Amino acid sequence: MSLKEVYNEQPNIFKFSDKNQKIVDEILKKYPNNNKKSAVMPLLYLAQKQNDNWIPLAAMKYIAKFLSIPYINVYEIATFYSMYNLSPVGKYFIQVCTTSPCLIRGADKLVKVCKEKISSKERKLSENKRCSWMEVECLGACVNAPMMQVNNDYYEDLNENNANKIVESLLNDKPLKPGSYRGRRNTSPEKDKNLNGNSSK
Amino acid sequence: MIKEENKIFKNLYNDFGWEIENSIKRNDWNNTKEIISKGREWIINEVKSSELRGRGGAGFPTGLKWSFAPKEVGSRPHYLVINADESEPGTCKDRDILRFEPQKLLEGCLIAGFAVNAHTCYIYVRGEYYNEGKRLQEAIDQAYKKNFLGKNACGSGWDFEVYIHYGAGAYICGEETALLESLEGNKGLPRLKPPFPALVGLYGCPTIVNNVETVAVVPTILRKGAKWFSSIGKPKNTGTKIFCISGNVNNPCNVEEEMGIPLKDLIEKYAGGVVGGWDNLQAVIPGGSSMPLLPKNICETITMDFDSLVKAKSGLGTAGIVVINKEQDIIKCMARIAKFYKHESCGQCTPCREGVGWMWRILERTAKGESTYRDIDLLSDVTKQIEGHTICAFGEGASWPVQGLLRHFRKEIEKKCTGTPIVKKKRNVPYLIDQHLLEKENA
Repeated sequence: MSLKEVYNEQPNIFKFSDKNQKIVDEILKKYPNNNKKSAVMPLLYLAQKQNDNWIPLAAMKYIAKFLSIPYINVYEIATFYSMYNLSPVGKYFIQVCTTSPCLIRGADKLVKVCKEKISSKERKLSENKRCSWMEVECLGACVNAPMMQVNNDYYEDLNENNANKIVESLLNDKPLKPGSYRGRRNTSPEKDKNLNGNSSK
Repeated sequence: MIKEENKIFKNLYNDFGWEIENSIKRNDWNNTKEIISKGREWIINEVKSSELRGRGGAGFPTGLKWSFAPKEVGSRPHYLVINADESEPGTCKDRDILRFEPQKLLEGCLIAGFAVNAHTCYIYVRGEYYNEGKRLQEAIDQAYKKNFLGKNACGSGWDFEVYIHYGAGAYICGEETALLESLEGNKGLPRLKPPFPALVGLYGCPTIVNNVETVAVVPTILRKGAKWFSSIGKPKNTGTKIFCISGNVNNPCNVEEEMGIPLKDLIEKYAGGVVGGWDNLQAVIPGGSSMPLLPKNICETITMDFDSLVKAKSGLGTAGIVVINKEQDIIKCMARIAKFYKHESCGQCTPCREGVGWMWRILERTAKGESTYRDIDLLSDVTKQIEGHTICAFGEGASWPVQGLLRHFRKEIEKKCTGTPIVKKKRNVPYLIDQHLLEKENA
């Protein structure tokens, strides 16, 4: 799995907010009484959401205590799964899919845009601290390639030009709408259009 | 070509609305109570005789899998777990079911849950599908409101609860035992089999794990009859399937078609043809990145079903078709897939953990033209050392695409392997050496 950097400035305490504590209670109801450990993943996710999209070590300790499991168990889960961020990311966290189906449709151009506009290095915040980006593996929207995920939303059917516009909009804190950027209906075939220049005949 | 009335997923592109009212208009939840009242045996036999095979990749007969669940509930409850951890590169079919046909899935869950004696169902949705999971939760809430789920679900007398559990970005959790580990709150490390999940699964209880598409087609099969389903497609490869056509095609899309449709038809008729014309086709990955690629001459005639593709030394897998045309560097493409597997290996078995990185490094430097002639045999050897020597099928999934590349594109690789070996003298070492690691900076 990927290497993760734990942030060096850690808060000392973590506690779920009252609102989130209610969500925690709901989450726990999903699992049998003897198997509350199952809640560790949703709780980590909730902690990440509460803490500006990254998980401090204090949150892991809190969750471990809360579920009565060893701290190291929570820690190993937080490092095993790639969606848990252990150091701060931008308010807009951009994940560019660069696995083969996206790559052969030009995902490298999206990466170029991110490098130029946001930061030259993955996971490094932009100058105005609003955005950060990273390359990720297949996001499961292959027929809408190339695409990128911004926080929870998928931006699909991109090219260099509109990726530029999207990143620009995120940097200015006025995000454009997610979805297909060729105006197509979800994953349906586009009739009468040859968007890649050449027709099949 | 499929007839319009034979399509199961009529709302694949959300032309008619995903909400429960619209789904009911499309015949979902129509006579679920009646179906369930026919009993467990009947349901399992009907699914068996429809010859439905799992849509998640392995193609295991679904009815048979269900029959493995103990007939009587003992001291431990049974569970149904739905695998919606769709992460195979090239595949995006389950996403559309979650978004636009969630009621088909939920109705399937109830029927499958009843058939295998489960009162609880967990749907494991990959973490990146946050919006799709949210949509699914709305659909679940709507179904609860109409009493289709919950206590005495659908008036059938069967209590049935459905919960969503999110993954957090690990491809390996698509493997059924890794998924169960993850659901239990552990790292997603696959378990040794046997015991199979049907006997010892989630929390040590009997558990049936099914793919989203598999479960979502079950209600329609039971409604229209096993004969209807098995009359579509080919013998032992029956029914319809959602194909995802991506890569260098003019109109990439998802489409539901009959099993056994020629690959060329899918590409030409639905996806608008290969970019640059059919003659510009280089290779096709027919079933998600784990399946070996097919060169153009095989693509001319191959049909898309489990058995034909196995004969061509590939596989249907998840039916994620990735088209690669001649403008792409095939070695680079495969190097990227190898990098995917390097990133996603869980690290439990040494051959896989070390081997996938090895394959990636060799392919990467081959793409750059820095490999030597010895690397080809080494690469081939590494794939053989991984295959069959790991706990789960990830090892095969990682090594097959490379083996496919070696089988069909050996000449292209040979042309690129022109560098001089780093270790020039033939040393007598009894084990494999990755020469790249002998360089100082990598040591």
